[in-house]
Amino acid sequence: MPMPDILQSTDVRETIIYVRDLVKRFGHFVANDHLSFDVYKGEIFGFLGANGAGKTTAIRILCGLSTPTSGQINVAGYDAYLQTEKIKQNIGYMSQKFSLYEDISVEENFTFYGGVYGLSRKQIKEKTTLLLTRLDLLDERKTVLKELPLGWKQKLAFCVAIMHDPKIVFLDEPTGGVDPITRRQFWDLIYEASHNGITVFVTTHYMDEAEYCERVTIMVDGRIDALDTPANLKLKYNASSMNEVFLRLARTAKSTGE
Amino acid sequence: MNLPVVVNDVHKAYGQVKALSGLSFEVKPGELFGFIGPDGAGKTTLFRILTTLLVPDAGSAFVDGLDVVKDYKAIRKIVGYMPGRFSLYQDLTVEENLKFFAGIFKTTVKENYYLIEDIYKQIEPFKNRPAGKLSGGMKQKLALSCALIHKPKVLFLDEPTTGVDAVSRTEFWDMLKRLQQQDIAILVSTPYMDEASLCDRVALIQQGKLMDIDTPLAITNKLPGRMFAITSPSMYKILLDLQQYDRAESAYPFGDSIHLHVLDASFQIADLTAYLNGKGQQGFEINAIHAGIEDCFMYLMEKHHAHA
Repeated sequence: MPMPDILQSTDVRETIIYVRDLVKRFGHFVANDHLSFDVYKGEIFGFLGANGAGKTTAIRILCGLSTPTSGQINVAGYDAYLQTEKIKQNIGYMSQKFSLYEDISVEENFTFYGGVYGLSRKQIKEKTTLLLTRLDLLDERKTVLKELPLGWKQKLAFCVAIMHDPKIVFLDEPTGGVDPITRRQFWDLIYEASHNGITVFVTTHYMDEAEYCERVTIMVDGRIDALDTPANLKLKYNASSMNEVFLRLARTAKSTGE
Repeated sequence: MNLPVVVNDVHKAYGQVKALSGLSFEVKPGELFGFIGPDGAGKTTLFRILTTLLVPDAGSAFVDGLDVVKDYKAIRKIVGYMPGRFSLYQDLTVEENLKFFAGIFKTTVKENYYLIEDIYKQIEPFKNRPAGKLSGGMKQKLALSCALIHKPKVLFLDEPTTGVDAVSRTEFWDMLKRLQQQDIAILVSTPYMDEASLCDRVALIQQGKLMDIDTPLAITNKLPGRMFAITSPSMYKILLDLQQYDRAESAYPFGDSIHLHVLDASFQIADLTAYLNGKGQQGFEINAIHAGIEDCFMYLMEKHHAHA
């Protein structure tokens, strides 16, 4: 899904994630080595890197689940050392691995997560109806989740992750294994969320999806080796696709076995 | 010579869910054969039947001429299987895992080392590390080494590249290409459509049914109509216009362009230019392209109404 033109303006934009010199060490191993970047409000920000480059470590810190070793990190207006509970209340998260509860119905999943996020009964009911109508899945609200195809579950998981109107939603490989049509429908949802002002922070191994992001970072060996729009990255690395850009950068990674 | 794999009208259901609905195909000797389809298509069920870990509800299947139900013990000796989930012993070291698998197949690492050398030497520097402490790419190489150490006749790789980054994926396919020279039939499943072109033949699988089975080139040549790639400075607006264009079969985003599929034989690029100009679009580019496997997969999905 290409970028809505509304997002291409060059106006000064509000920073929603502020990261300066983020370092995270595990013993002698430096997982994140002085990362610095800003993510803007409403942006679709692609976070790419080879396995083991340090993406998951950085995401865990940005979600308030892990404390950085050093650096200045502010997420949705809250400090990543002292206000991690506030951060958690203001973000949504989904991944291919962590999604919804399989043994309860669609509606019960919404009710459960709505409750966790502190929504009222009335709000939960309204949001559930609104989002299920959007997905055209209102008829499936009583269906136990495990009976639904993976693609539907992933779309539902995304809706649950944004039902409390978070400032930022973190998506960790949200479309892994999903069929190509559903994968594109999923990006429609991402665009709508972004259009509604939710910042989207997304990782993917599908390089065509990297093209749909407004800006992309590529992590290599714990560092950020590139950060720009897909068009500028292709220009800079003289590449015809993001796949080429990625291969060129990630191949330079030292082989550490980590 | 027996065919490595023969499958005749195989069915398998889990309760109400039909995992496989009448699959039939053959794999030729030495072939690198790909199963391309999303999660839930039935790929793992099929591999489990062929590796004798599941019994089909109906139909028959043979591996190197052996029946998957009656001759399951013999089949287990001649196949290598790398399941989708990492299934080695996490607290044994790299080297211990390899020795263990050689041992249960009554062979030695030394005997067939030539087969895995190319792959194993990349993880050998870490041979004393517990398998559970390896990175994703390293685990994958160890699992492949363990699946090969008894020199199987047929190798089953279930989504070996899922969740693996683009660099490691490319390396993995290079390894498979070299393995193929060793006269091993390789069946590999993947949800990544772009990997189809690396196989000799592929089966496109969706909801337990084969939508097509052929060489990647033949599949893309079979797609009726023509395919065009459209780029524009305002991609989102042009996508909405293209999706409403009544002469288009479909319009889907594909990375930095939009693929427009046209069945109408009388269609000309000038028609689309006029339509887009009429919509106020400017600065766009239209190029005729050869369709890819992903274009075909989506077309077949819609044609089969398989997509709910």
